[in-house]
Amino acid sequence: MIADWILFLGLAFVAIVSALGMLLSKSAVYSALNLIINFVTVAIFYLILGAPFIALSQITVYAGAIMVLFLFVIMLLGAERLPIGVALPWQRPLAIVLGIVLILEAAYLLISRLGVLPAPGAVGADFGSPKAIGLALFDAYLLPFEVVSILLLVAMIGAILLSRKREREP
Amino acid sequence: MVPIQYYLDLSVILFTLGSLGVLIRRNAIVIFMSIELMLNAANLAFVAFSRMHQSINGQIFVFFIISVAAAEVAVGLALIVAIFRSKHNIDIDQMNSLQG
Repeated sequence: MIADWILFLGLAFVAIVSALGMLLSKSAVYSALNLIINFVTVAIFYLILGAPFIALSQITVYAGAIMVLFLFVIMLLGAERLPIGVALPWQRPLAIVLGIVLILEAAYLLISRLGVLPAPGAVGADFGSPKAIGLALFDAYLLPFEVVSILLLVAMIGAILLSRKREREP
Repeated sequence: MVPIQYYLDLSVILFTLGSLGVLIRRNAIVIFMSIELMLNAANLAFVAFSRMHQSINGQIFVFFIISVAAAEVAVGLALIVAIFRSKHNIDIDQMNSLQG
C-alpha cells in the first residue's frame, strides 16, 4: 500500500516537473526532451492502471514517432536561434490567473461531484492485454477502426502535399 | 492501489499546464507540444476511468486518440514547415494573415 503511494507520488512529481520544464525552457529542443520524459511517466501510469498495450503504444507512437518528428522539425527549421518576438505585456499574468481559475474550478468539481472515489478492485491478468484490445477493436469497434485507417491515409497525403516545394505557380 | 481520484487530479494539473503553455509561449512548435500534453492528460483520465469501471472501452478510446494525434502532428508540422518557408519565422505573433 505504502509502496503504491511512493510510486504514484514520485511519478506524479516527475510528470509535473517535466511538464513545467517543457513550459518554461527557453530552447525548443529542451522542451521536446522534457515532453519525452513526461510521456514516459504517463506510460508508466498506464502500466499501473492495467493498460499494458496502451502503455507500449504510448511509448512507441508518442515518445518515439511523434517526438522524433518534433525534434526533426525543430532542427530542420533551426527553431533554436529564431528571434524572440515582443510578447504582449499583460499576456503572461493574465494566462497565469486564468490557469489558476481553471484548476480551482476543476478541483471544486472533482471534489464536490465525485467525492473521494474508492480504490478500484483487482482486475484479471488479461485486462488491457493486446488480445483483449484486439478482440474489442475488431468486433465492436470495427467501423471506427476502418475510419481511422482512412484518416491516417488522408493525413499522409495532406502532409506530403503541404510540405512539397512549390515548383510553379498554378 | 491509489484511488482513482488522484489520477484525475494529476490529469487536471497536466491539462492546466498544457493550456498555460498554449497561452504563454510564442513559439508555434512549443504551442503544438502543449496541445500534445493536453491530449495526454485526457488520455490519462480515460485510462483511469477504464480501470475504475473495469471496462476496456476507455482504452479503445485512448487508442483512437493516439492515432488521431499522430495524424494531427503530421499535418500540423507540415503546416509549420510551410509557414516557415513563406515567412521565415514561426513566432505566432507574425502569423496574422492567411496570405502566403
